[in-house]
Amino acid sequence: MTPRKPWREMGLTDSEYDMVLKIMGREPNRVELGLFAVMWSEHCGYKNSRPLLKLFPTDGPRVIEGPGENAGVVDIGDGQALVFKIESHNHPSAIEPYQGAATGVGGIVRDIFTMGARPIALLNSLRFGTLDNERNRYLVRGVVAGIGDYGNCLGIPTVAGEVYFHPSYEGNPLVNAMCVGLVNTAEVIRAIAGEVGKPLLLVGAKTGRDGIHGATFASEELSAESESRRPAVQVGDPFMEKLLMEACLELINEDLVAGMQDLGAAGLTSSVAETASKGGCGVVIDVEKVLRREEGMTPYEVMLSESQERMLIIPREGAADRIQEIFDKWGLDASIIGHITDNGMFTIQEGDQIVGEVLVKALTDMCPVYHRESRVPDYYTRARLFDLESIPHELDYNNTLCDLLNVPSIASKKWIYQQYDHQIMTNTVVVPGNGDAAVLRIKGTNKGVAVTVDCNSRICYLDPYKGGMWAVCEGARNLACSGARPLAITNCLNFGSPEKPDVYWQMDQAVRGMAEAARVLQTPVVSGNVSLYNETRGGKAIYPTPVVGMAGLLTDVSKRLEMAFQDPGDYILLLGEVRDDIGGSEYLCLAHGVESGAVPDIDPADEAKLIELILSLNEKGLLKSCHDISEGGLAVCLAESAIKGNIGAEVKLALEPGQRCDGVVFGEAPSRVVVSASPQDLDGISAKGKELNVPVTVIGKVVGQYLEMAVDDQVIIRQEIGKLASIWGRAIECQMD
Amino acid sequence: MRFGVVVFPGSNCDADCYYVIDQVLKAPVEFIWHKETEIKGFDGLILPGGFSYGDYLRTGAIARFSPIMQSVSDFADRGGLVIGICNGFQILLEAGLLPGAMLRNNSLRFSCLPVNLKVKTDQSAFTGGFEADEVIALPIAHGEGNYYCDDVTYQELLDFDQIAFTYCNKDGLETPGANPNGSRGNVAGILNRERNVLGMMPHPERFSEGILGGEDGARIFASMLKSFKEGLG
Amino acid sequence: MYTGQVFVTLKKAVLDPQGDTVKRSLHTMGYPEVKDVRVGKYIEVKLDGATRQEAEERLDEMCRKLLANPVIEEFHIEIVEDDQ
Repeated sequence: MTPRKPWREMGLTDSEYDMVLKIMGREPNRVELGLFAVMWSEHCGYKNSRPLLKLFPTDGPRVIEGPGENAGVVDIGDGQALVFKIESHNHPSAIEPYQGAATGVGGIVRDIFTMGARPIALLNSLRFGTLDNERNRYLVRGVVAGIGDYGNCLGIPTVAGEVYFHPSYEGNPLVNAMCVGLVNTAEVIRAIAGEVGKPLLLVGAKTGRDGIHGATFASEELSAESESRRPAVQVGDPFMEKLLMEACLELINEDLVAGMQDLGAAGLTSSVAETASKGGCGVVIDVEKVLRREEGMTPYEVMLSESQERMLIIPREGAADRIQEIFDKWGLDASIIGHITDNGMFTIQEGDQIVGEVLVKALTDMCPVYHRESRVPDYYTRARLFDLESIPHELDYNNTLCDLLNVPSIASKKWIYQQYDHQIMTNTVVVPGNGDAAVLRIKGTNKGVAVTVDCNSRICYLDPYKGGMWAVCEGARNLACSGARPLAITNCLNFGSPEKPDVYWQMDQAVRGMAEAARVLQTPVVSGNVSLYNETRGGKAIYPTPVVGMAGLLTDVSKRLEMAFQDPGDYILLLGEVRDDIGGSEYLCLAHGVESGAVPDIDPADEAKLIELILSLNEKGLLKSCHDISEGGLAVCLAESAIKGNIGAEVKLALEPGQRCDGVVFGEAPSRVVVSASPQDLDGISAKGKELNVPVTVIGKVVGQYLEMAVDDQVIIRQEIGKLASIWGRAIECQMD
Repeated sequence: MRFGVVVFPGSNCDADCYYVIDQVLKAPVEFIWHKETEIKGFDGLILPGGFSYGDYLRTGAIARFSPIMQSVSDFADRGGLVIGICNGFQILLEAGLLPGAMLRNNSLRFSCLPVNLKVKTDQSAFTGGFEADEVIALPIAHGEGNYYCDDVTYQELLDFDQIAFTYCNKDGLETPGANPNGSRGNVAGILNRERNVLGMMPHPERFSEGILGGEDGARIFASMLKSFKEGLG
Repeated sequence: MYTGQVFVTLKKAVLDPQGDTVKRSLHTMGYPEVKDVRVGKYIEVKLDGATRQEAEERLDEMCRKLLANPVIEEFHIEIVEDDQ
């Protein structure tokens, strides 16, 4: 039985349906309605986020392609470019963690090789509820195995990531996957349709019923009902993807394609519509020509199927035979499913019969845009007014340090990243866990590329504007700490329902903060993805989580930096101010059960100066280690450098009048890093700090087998490195096994 | 000495092996597509790591029926040097060129990490450049490296000095804690009876340059090169 | 047409960490009666064959060559005749 208002079931509102009627001039049939429903979903149409995305700076001297293509492209010199993008697969992963995460990796990898680039690295940003809950542990196991199995099989190293555990993600985990590719600038492929009459070739996996309406599914809040619609989750075949990737890269290498587009969310519909739209032309598709895995599929199902591992290819003139040869070599099936027309229409045929016809631009350019209502939430006002002086100053510093190192969000992620092949392709020269960013060499050059993903969602929740700046600054800082100059950003905006004014305010503020920091740091946004309606069963939004993925360049990869302390006798220095802010810190949450307080001030201009200082010191070879202060503050930062170097440190701090000791030790104020250096280089470092107007403080020495911290001549922390290493190293493993 | 790197659909360490031979060893090397039926002009073969045929059914089970495998077998029979790394090792086991089989890691998880290995014999073309009982470091990256064989086979491996590498701690002790996957007798790599075929789970191509964290891997390929040259001399 | 049902399991002598893990989970879930769990594979093969016996012999051969590894696995097969 057809429901009375079928558009609602497909995810369109009544007013959106009225727009469709106006555009069509008649009632659409089911196939046509399906096209509108998926193309006008948030996932494809960005109808709630488009006004905000316009705020991002997207231009820069190195930008070759900004947002709008499958992925951003950034010049790294010598005729080479990096291609990268991050994308969410949150909702599929909540329902079926293994396949959801695996197909998330598959999708982002296709985005990269669609641009003509060889994928060289994967990263991911993951968020789950807390590990004391079996369901969350099940999600962690599934997501990690799914990411690992897919990327490992493809032979692309998973080199970096971030993982947080917080109750706000209970029932709605976040799985964001980023892929980075390398391409010769001359070989960048754009999804341009080309001339009338050109055939459209569909290659890869056969089409089945999987994932129908995945794009609308991803744009709805999760409910018990969506849980029961499990078939919406696609199953990944990394082996097929590997064959597809190798074959497509061969086609590009031999210059055989005029256009290429992967099939992702909304399957054939989106892929064909985007291609036609960019080429400013029309297309006709015959669904009978689409090779199928299942019998009896309707045109509607064929058009909306989200079967994975498929690509749409427009061959160059006269290249069809050679293309077929390459597909045969890799054992891939391909079929011509249609061709380019000049009438601007997206025409769908089943054999000779037309089963749907819609204006291409109606799908891609006429999607409604909503300017949602925004309201400052009460919690924000309360947090800013929270009296941090009410937090007691007395503390057992030794226990607090050990407890912080035992927090899964801070502890070593070894249990996770050891399930990812992070060394394949033999380029990873800073492996996971050793630096603030991963570093890959580029064979045949002296260059290196550093990559990172970052977001502190607690900070984003308490103050989304500062939080947005925070994420960008932290990403840039992490790259600098590995010796790289930050180049550009991709982002994944994970939020709750934009229809709630509080949530829309979070989005608005976070985007403005990110945009401001990106402008100051001269790191334009070149690609990204939006994931909305991330809410738990009670309708509570996740913490706002605008994840920043960033890539940077080392002109000389031999100058890469890691976090480990090196040699006894080296000095330890703090670059940046001695600060005592505790608002929004992990310490405040862990030791006092408070997630509140004004977020520490952040100024991207300070960050820019700090980054210049790190890079110029490193250029001169003055730094032996570098690690930024983030969750857990200075004490955790020192502990990690000591654990990694398997050597102790003695640190002495002096409080300014009125400073909190706990804040100086565990506070998370941004734009600060800890470096170590040989004694003879101290003067050079201090002079450079003065020159660039960044405070430089000698805070201690690398020595012995203990981490010892004294404040105003009183020793407050003294812990054996082996013990700290054991706590930090085993925290996640202990909860998972 | 001319190396061939056999490429199966789903191989993914093929380019890494090629790079080491070409750029580190500076020896001639070529890829050999799995549909080839002849191996001509090669003196050593590398079966690289990866997920041939997606590791579907069992690791290496389908690849071993690739057209090239008959020639690999003939090449080995003629005394040619064959090294199977990770998935290449799994293929050699399925093909019966080496005894035993692979099970899933006892952790049930994929493991990518550097491990210590004990070189159990210097009496082979692959290990001639090491001291017996030397401890070296190489990375592993596998989900099914839990080597299994029955008691009789294991005794034969011992009797004929066929165990090339075992997992050990940094002091060279073959402890259970140093075993990353549960393999029998901490076995990480074995030779055939004729000592010209080596299968190993760790990846020598990944530790063949200092910038990557270790150079012990290059010594295996260099041993092959040296042994081949001595054979000619 | 016949449907060949192939059941592949690890040999008794071979440790099955997956089975052990499932057993432990079942115990913690309140099924103490579970004494042993072995995890295996089920493979369904649709095949033409003149006779049931021929189909069975061919399938047995396929199992020995490819579908099971005699070093670690054992198998048994069942042949079902498909309704037309």
